[in-house]
Amino acid sequence: MLQSSNLSKSFGKLKALDQVSVQMQAGQAVSLIGPNGSGKTTFIKCLLGLVIPDSGALTLRGQSILGTWDYRRHIGYMPQIGRYPDHMKVGQVFDMIREIRGAGMKHFDDDLIKAYEVDKFAHKAMRTLSGGTRQKVSACLAFLFDPEVLVLDEPTAGLDPLASEILKEKVLAEKEKGKLILVTSHILSDLEELTTDVLYLIDGQVQFYQSIAQLKSRTGEEKLNRALARIMRNDLQ
Amino acid sequence: MFRIVKYVLYDILQNRMVIGYTLFLLAVSLGLFNLSGEATKGMVSLLNIILIVTPLVSIIFSTIHFYNATEFIELLAAQPIRRSILIWSEFLGLAGALSLAVMIGIGIPVALFAPNATGITLMLMAIALSVSFVAIALLASVLTRDKARGIGVALMLWFYFALLYDALVLFLMFSFADYPLEKVMLAFIALNPIDLARVVVLLQMDISALMGYTGALYREFLGTGWGITFATLVLTAWILIPILLAVRVFRKKDL
Repeated sequence: MLQSSNLSKSFGKLKALDQVSVQMQAGQAVSLIGPNGSGKTTFIKCLLGLVIPDSGALTLRGQSILGTWDYRRHIGYMPQIGRYPDHMKVGQVFDMIREIRGAGMKHFDDDLIKAYEVDKFAHKAMRTLSGGTRQKVSACLAFLFDPEVLVLDEPTAGLDPLASEILKEKVLAEKEKGKLILVTSHILSDLEELTTDVLYLIDGQVQFYQSIAQLKSRTGEEKLNRALARIMRNDLQ
Repeated sequence: MFRIVKYVLYDILQNRMVIGYTLFLLAVSLGLFNLSGEATKGMVSLLNIILIVTPLVSIIFSTIHFYNATEFIELLAAQPIRRSILIWSEFLGLAGALSLAVMIGIGIPVALFAPNATGITLMLMAIALSVSFVAIALLASVLTRDKARGIGVALMLWFYFALLYDALVLFLMFSFADYPLEKVMLAFIALNPIDLARVVVLLQMDISALMGYTGALYREFLGTGWGITFATLVLTAWILIPILLAVRVFRKKDL
């Protein structure tokens, strides 16, 4: 579904991505883990076309996405920080994005819109919303067009426990439907619940890319956080 | 593209700064026309204020707006849409909103007190300057990553065009006073949209005789149909060149 080969990107001297080659299939849910500045966000941004890689290839559904834009209709993106124009109403944000990419779509996925009861605050201006409510809007937008790939950047940060549970259930449901899901988070328990594989980056390089089950059996640990801690302690292989 | 412009425009028109700016222009224009009794006198005072204020507000507001919209622009850039459409929409939204502010704030008083060619020229020049400085602001914004630095660059650019440039030209004129500089001066004027707008309006006012020999030369050149075409073309270039460059940079920019 998604394939990167020797993907590299530097910002000045900093190598944000260094020869990253990974392959991801539909039905996989991949955790992107790594310290701050390890290249997680840069990888996501390359996929979304926000950052243009220096070299390497990136293909989605077998087609190169570099320099193109139409492929993005297969991707739903939930950013880490959702900031919207101050005076735009919640309903207008939905209308706007629908006008941009909803042409020709018969079915919209409004599960989250219903679960979060967006209709109740649709008339409010974006600037009056709390951070968590804005995150709900971002989440609804990411799932709205039933995309085949979901990119979630720190999805549960700022959401209240109930909203966070709703989102996690939705992610799991989409995974079951055979979507490819990429999640970054610092909350390892969330990642353990949601994802099947771990892509661990340090200084832009892939340290390992394995399924969570493999990780656990390799380290003999029951929990993802302990397995990771163990790997980080005993030299990364 | 206009699908997006609609929403950008709607958002900006509700902004307090834009509403305040419109009211300020309206108050100043009405005040000056009323105080000076004679329309031409009011027009000269108004011209001087407009040449300072419209570029300043346009460049600062556009820069702040662009940086505040960084995250939203990022979200839109991740949608199936061309980057160039995004930046054009931002430009048209900003230019549209600030032009509307000028049309209301200056257009209404002009229609009431000086509904003649000079008044219309004044308003058109204010609109052209606004749009041009929106384009310059966007170019400066896509070239600088940091918000504080971006606003700093915007202020410097305004300072240069509104104040510094004239001082430099004066300095040159005095340094080379022994040479015939009139033709060179025409070129200098074209290199600053604010100066060009000023000369075009002054020539409409029939007071260019007060501007000495250079004024006569301007009259001879810019007063004719060809000169008006020239001024229009140069002002259009002052809009198109910065915005086309901004689009070019933005298309390849890492967000």
